[in-house]
Amino acid sequence: MAAYPAPENARLERFLNEQLHKSLLRFITCGSVDDGKSTLIGRLLFESKMIFDDQLATLKSESRRYGTQGDDIDYALLVDGLAAEREQGITIDVAYRFFSTSARKYIVADTPGHEQYTRNMATGASTADLAVVMIDARKGVLTQTRRHSFIVSLLGIRHIVLCVNKMDLVGHDEATFRRIVADYAEFAADLGFASVEAIPVSALRGDNVTAPSDRMPWYSGPALLPYLDTVDAARATDAAPFRFPVQLVSRPDHAFRGFAGQITSGSIRPGAAVRVLPSGRQSAIHRIVTMDGDLDEAVSGQSVTLTLRDEVDVSRGDMIVEDRAPAEVSDQFQATLVWMSEQPMLPGRAYAMKLGTRECQVQVTEPKYRIDVNTRAHEAARTLALNEIGVCNISLDRMVAFDPYRDIAATGGFIMIDRLTNETVGLGLIDFALRRASNIHRQALDVDKAARAGLKAQKPVILWFTGLSGSGKSTIANIVERRLTAMGKHTYTLDGDNVRHGLNRDLGFTDADRVENIRRVGEVARLMLDAGLIVLVSFISPFRAERRMARAMVEDGEFWEIHVDTPLAIAEARDVKGLYKKARAGKLRNFTGIDSPYEPPRDPEIRLDTVSLSPDAAADLIIARLTHAGLIEEA
Amino acid sequence: MQTLTHLERLEAESIHILREVAATAQNPVMMYSIGKDSSVMLHLARKAFFPGPLPFPLLHIDTLWKFREMIAFRDAVAASPGIRLLVHTNQEGVAAGVNPFASGSSVHTDVMKTQALKQALDLHRFDVAIGGARRDEEKSRAKERVFSFRTAQHRWDPKAQRPELWSLYNTRIRPGETIRAFPISNWTELDIWQYIYQEGIDLVPLYFAADRPVVARGGQWLMVDDDRMPLEPGETPQMRRVRFRTLGCYPLTAALESPAGSVADIIEEMLITTTSERQGRLIDSDAPASMEMKKQEGYF
Ligand SMILES: Nc1nc2c(ncn2[C@@H]2O[C@H](COP(=O)(O)OP(=O)(O)O)[C@@H](O)[C@H]2O)c(=O)[nH]1
Repeated sequence: MAAYPAPENARLERFLNEQLHKSLLRFITCGSVDDGKSTLIGRLLFESKMIFDDQLATLKSESRRYGTQGDDIDYALLVDGLAAEREQGITIDVAYRFFSTSARKYIVADTPGHEQYTRNMATGASTADLAVVMIDARKGVLTQTRRHSFIVSLLGIRHIVLCVNKMDLVGHDEATFRRIVADYAEFAADLGFASVEAIPVSALRGDNVTAPSDRMPWYSGPALLPYLDTVDAARATDAAPFRFPVQLVSRPDHAFRGFAGQITSGSIRPGAAVRVLPSGRQSAIHRIVTMDGDLDEAVSGQSVTLTLRDEVDVSRGDMIVEDRAPAEVSDQFQATLVWMSEQPMLPGRAYAMKLGTRECQVQVTEPKYRIDVNTRAHEAARTLALNEIGVCNISLDRMVAFDPYRDIAATGGFIMIDRLTNETVGLGLIDFALRRASNIHRQALDVDKAARAGLKAQKPVILWFTGLSGSGKSTIANIVERRLTAMGKHTYTLDGDNVRHGLNRDLGFTDADRVENIRRVGEVARLMLDAGLIVLVSFISPFRAERRMARAMVEDGEFWEIHVDTPLAIAEARDVKGLYKKARAGKLRNFTGIDSPYEPPRDPEIRLDTVSLSPDAAADLIIARLTHAGLIEEA
Repeated sequence: MQTLTHLERLEAESIHILREVAATAQNPVMMYSIGKDSSVMLHLARKAFFPGPLPFPLLHIDTLWKFREMIAFRDAVAASPGIRLLVHTNQEGVAAGVNPFASGSSVHTDVMKTQALKQALDLHRFDVAIGGARRDEEKSRAKERVFSFRTAQHRWDPKAQRPELWSLYNTRIRPGETIRAFPISNWTELDIWQYIYQEGIDLVPLYFAADRPVVARGGQWLMVDDDRMPLEPGETPQMRRVRFRTLGCYPLTAALESPAGSVADIIEEMLITTTSERQGRLIDSDAPASMEMKKQEGYF
């Protein structure tokens, strides 16, 4: 630091010192088109003297050419950067603006208000500490206000400035302002904001932007800029446990082996006990190396190089964490996804994922629901389209270290990348691990049952209807299948008619043939289950052992035995197909209930008493039980 | 617990970006333009990989119209330990006699800078070129990504850029495609000067006021760096105390009259300055939205 002499001028020295210790506030502006975001930001740049004379001259000439303010300056033109946008008069991407006051440096993410640009909003919000939500005083809280507020809350922003703009167009009316503030407070109540500061402004005229306006004497709160200068909105990353995703292994020679990275939360000192994840190996910090010399302490945000006391295997993508408060390790979690691509999200497809410095492969195994960003209602969804938000189970091709996003954003957020086009297609916020490192059971990332079922947005299951001939199995199975299809589920029914005539044409009704019959039906049902279908099997299947065999072919919970329980006398009285009569007459051999036994299930998943239940009521009961078990969604 | 100053935050972010480039690129290169932003980038790169050497070479696109002091400074940097400097000139342009006077600033910049850069990237098969552009420099740069994606034809398509979430950069490309990485995207001109001051970074002396031979043209001072500069009728070089806010090809870069002889003086002067930095670069004033057009064509 000797290269340049200290300034002789004490005023300058004080200035430099002040500049150096200014804090940084990053915020995002959101609002609908024409709410006045560009005008407001242009005004902030102008007022904070970030506009130079030459830019002002350009601005004046452009205002006349493209502006909306006649011969007056159109501040919005200061920030509408790209020629394409200027022609269309819209803002099409996230732009970053810089200004500073005597108290702070600011980076503003300026995001467009179009409905279809959720993606840009999420991008801008991901690095912001605070959001300025713009509302046109004439329009009040709009659907898009809700959408934007939801997205910023999802991305973890806790501080909101509600900027009620264009107060000049509503006669600076207090009641209008109060009503909007109340509307907003009501809808934002459960978004988890730590603070919402409402300020009535006119971006165009500059009222309450940098200084209190005498046109709104009823407002006693701070003007926008003084508020931003003092609000404490920093994300609390320094109080969180130490996290250090390793970027590079530095090995300039045999003597030195360091791990370079940026501390994403917490702090560290030499001697501190740490753990390397996902391996779990423990060690302690030896040195904190920088070009300016070793440090006694390094804190969240700093880029450093760490050396460890022990020869531990560490590579890029690993995370060095505090030993007493390690991150979680898993290869499956539930995450909230924001989809950013024109190509919809496909469950089962392998995407590349970047989480911290780790790149791996990820697959959405099970879309759970989509969130309507306007109402926040949950809706059944099998995929996510551009700008849609959904909650999904996802599975990775390896174990990774992470934190739930709401705990530590830097180690809980990830991006998804299309492996062919390399487009960034989605962002994810980890909710929680579905499986911990302790009971590792790797799920291959190939196309498998979960993937196929995921594509159909359903859980595959076998509904095995057993009961006497004429008990009502096929009638009830048909109604259930119709209901499931109406819900968008993919199903198939196996029954005597379509199996006996083809696959099992060679089988008769001896006990041995009945066993083989059920074995084949069981195998076919298992394959269809593996294809992701809901399979309805409607077979008398009189023997417990065979039903048990079929059950054993699939995983726990995938086989539902449904006993269509009709007393023989009633089934025989119905005799829809006239079979009982033939059997009684001796024209049919080995007929169940007549000259062959039926072994009723001892512990079926569902028992249907067809004496008291109509076929429709029986189907209702099945649907209700499946819903209750989480196999299908609430209708 | 200590809190970081804004310069420490900017520095840490830049180091993170440089390391991401080194960790993910096959064959990266750092653009070295000899100016103050390049000097800051080089300093940051040294910090990023300390105690190791720089994991990439520097590339200077020499239009042959750089100030002589710039070339001397570049050669001194190239001679320092651990630095590998590549210099590329568009020989076709030289053969065709392209120069800023005869060809005009647009053609000169296009052939000797934009085309030359593409040639060098193709020649060495660099997949990531680290550049010193800052978002505060010009309106069309405010939307630039930190990792800016270029097609195999080196074109920048504003609509094909990838969203950048948190500090997770998508660095994946297909063969032939390239990325321009901008580690000092979030720095302002004032930040650059403060950092130079704080860190004691060496600069080309042209940034500091000295008596230099200049002529007044188009309302700006142009320095007569050598006798290749044709003087217009009535022009005679005069000595003025001038300095440069940006450095490019000398006939295209205007000087400003200033007594500021030190970094501290410059910072002080900046506080009362009333013209933006790019005004000193004559290329901008060719046509409206010209930076954006140049960027689409492959200029940074
Ligand atoms: N009367 C009035 N007009 C405003 C105010 N703020 C913005 N406008 C106008 O509203 C229009 C849209 O503003 P702009 O900043 O481009 O909106 P953006 O789409 O949110 O960036 C322009 O014509 C502005 O001049 C305000 O406070 N009062």
